[in-house]
Amino acid sequence: MSDAETVERTMPESDVPTTSDAIDSPLLEVDGLRKQFGGVTAVDGASFKVAKGSFTGLIGPNGAGKSTTFNCITGIHEPTAGTVTFDGHDVTGLAPYTLAKRGLVRTFQIARELSEMTVLENVMLAPPGQLGESALRSVVPGLRERVQRDETEVVEAAWETLEFFEIDHLAHENAGNLSGGQRKLLEMARVLMTEPEMVLLDEPLAGVNPTLEEKLLDRIDELRQDGLTFLLVEHDMDVIMNHCEHIIVMHQGQVLAEGDADTIQSDERVLEAYLGGDV
Amino acid sequence: MSGFEDVRDRLEALPDAALVVSFLVGIWLLLTLLAFAVGGAQSANLAAGFVGSVTVLVGAYAILTLALNLQWGYTGLFNIGIAGFMAVGAYTTAILTAPVDPGAGGVPGFGLPLLVGLLGGMVMAAIVGAIAALPALRLRADYLAIVTVALSEIIRLFVNWGGVAEVEVFGKRFGTGGATGISFKSPDEVVATLVNGPGQPLVAAAESVGISGPNVVNMAYGLSLLAIAAGSYWVLSRVSDSPFGRVLKAIREDETVTQSLGKDTRLFKIKAFMIGCALMGLAGALFRGGAGYISPAQFRPVITFYVFAALIIGGSGSNTGSILGAATFSALLFYLPARLGEYFPTFGRSAPGNVFEAIAALGSLDPTPLVAYTVGNISTLRFVLIGAVLVYIIQNQPDGLLGHRNEPAASVDLRRPRSADGGETDE
Repeated sequence: MSDAETVERTMPESDVPTTSDAIDSPLLEVDGLRKQFGGVTAVDGASFKVAKGSFTGLIGPNGAGKSTTFNCITGIHEPTAGTVTFDGHDVTGLAPYTLAKRGLVRTFQIARELSEMTVLENVMLAPPGQLGESALRSVVPGLRERVQRDETEVVEAAWETLEFFEIDHLAHENAGNLSGGQRKLLEMARVLMTEPEMVLLDEPLAGVNPTLEEKLLDRIDELRQDGLTFLLVEHDMDVIMNHCEHIIVMHQGQVLAEGDADTIQSDERVLEAYLGGDV
Repeated sequence: MSGFEDVRDRLEALPDAALVVSFLVGIWLLLTLLAFAVGGAQSANLAAGFVGSVTVLVGAYAILTLALNLQWGYTGLFNIGIAGFMAVGAYTTAILTAPVDPGAGGVPGFGLPLLVGLLGGMVMAAIVGAIAALPALRLRADYLAIVTVALSEIIRLFVNWGGVAEVEVFGKRFGTGGATGISFKSPDEVVATLVNGPGQPLVAAAESVGISGPNVVNMAYGLSLLAIAAGSYWVLSRVSDSPFGRVLKAIREDETVTQSLGKDTRLFKIKAFMIGCALMGLAGALFRGGAGYISPAQFRPVITFYVFAALIIGGSGSNTGSILGAATFSALLFYLPARLGEYFPTFGRSAPGNVFEAIAALGSLDPTPLVAYTVGNISTLRFVLIGAVLVYIIQNQPDGLLGHRNEPAASVDLRRPRSADGGETDE
């Protein structure tokens, strides 16, 4: 790696403001987000911003509404109230595939591999705008040749991605046969094949051994250099404190505090929320 | 269990085309042997009749099973209204091709050529498929199942209704014929004209060895259906071995994930459903309407479950498996027992009136009443056989004959490209 690249890599960490109000051009902006399930209010007016190119952590005790917030942002749930703005456009309540096409994608808390498909198929599914996704083009002689040319490139990219995550030796294995950690890698590989701008990671490190965890975090760092933005839900405080330059703490469906690691660690309210004290 | 795996391992060693052809030839040989065992002087003609009929069945079920495999095996769309989509195809073809002036008692139609009628039938079945799928696509798979099975009954009862037996729209008279059915341009007759015209030397040759002309036509019709099945296989293989097929498989596995990866799954589901329904419509017209006549009774829901049985036996998710399953079901489980029943020796006894008498005789160590009873009721008892085979397969081999195969959906070679090899050894 050249010196110039090293400098670039450390740049964002010093650049990123400590409170999200100060973020001028956020890639993602959540404003007054509410989600009710019957009588339960899972998210209760959460507002925050995520800076472009940042590695932002979203933490909070169990039931704080992190996963529901993710689901509302990515179109799995429709929010009861509030808005989600991505890249300057209001994307509230849009379908997951529309968001994915715009570059906002997610992984799942419990890895959801397509188990009866091979690892390579899983990864090859993701690239956007594949010609062969038209049934007609896939069948008609003459048109299919173009589909095949297109696919040859997809195959190449898929192999490269699998090598990047070091699961290329499993390429022809059914995804259902993978270990828990390998599935997490596969999810990451798959989601990156969609050529995203921003990736929401829902506990990508849960159940992943420390060696693999380091690997994954290294990968994320590499990808950030390419300009990707990450929003991470994670329970491992060491990871959050050491890797995220901006941290959002949720509690009872609301944003309790935000800032860098030092700010969060010295925030009384955060400690109380985690230790279960009275607020 | 080992017996089944033995068969499976042997199937595995062959390339797909050889596999299907040897399977079919095996079935033909088996029926020919049966014919020569029981036929006496008429053996050749009997064999030709057996082989012709079984080929029609295998061809028709192959088309149906392939269509269902695209919907259920690939996409996970639980369509239990196959009979309904067959009826739409068959009735559309019938109405389009029925003669304009049918004479006394007949139902008038549009008098169009058969090819136009068949295309119309496919298009109509696809459209009805889309209409059935639209409201159900937002819901879970079980709801699609309920919608389709209900729709298939609605269609059958609708064409059965006297109110549409013959109607006049814009001065044009046509209809479904109601419960009495409708006669139209017979696909079988089109084939017969070809066979008796340009194929006359063939018929003469067959007649010289004692095979009757109608049996030659029947065989030719069966082979035409097989050719259409082969064409469907070609199309569906290309559909499934493509990025399109990959999305379908992904929908079957986990639709939420597929959506999260940027695929508008509703469009894919509708397309897959429509393609499958179009083929079902075609099979409905050619199989049920082969002789140029259809009636509502030919489209009872039971045929839907036959096709599911064929797909489960063959292996859901495999196109080649679908054809093998169709052949196994229609020839070995459906057709063969009926023929065996006709010719199996009953030791000169007539069958007892009920199963209790047949079993009671076992007490006096006389198995012949039970044998006679079984043979006499074989066309009913074969459903017990089909049920037993299904239970066995679902318990021991839920993947069927070929469903366990790893058939990645892609249009190109998936081995690691040389440029990306990175010095590692792949082989």
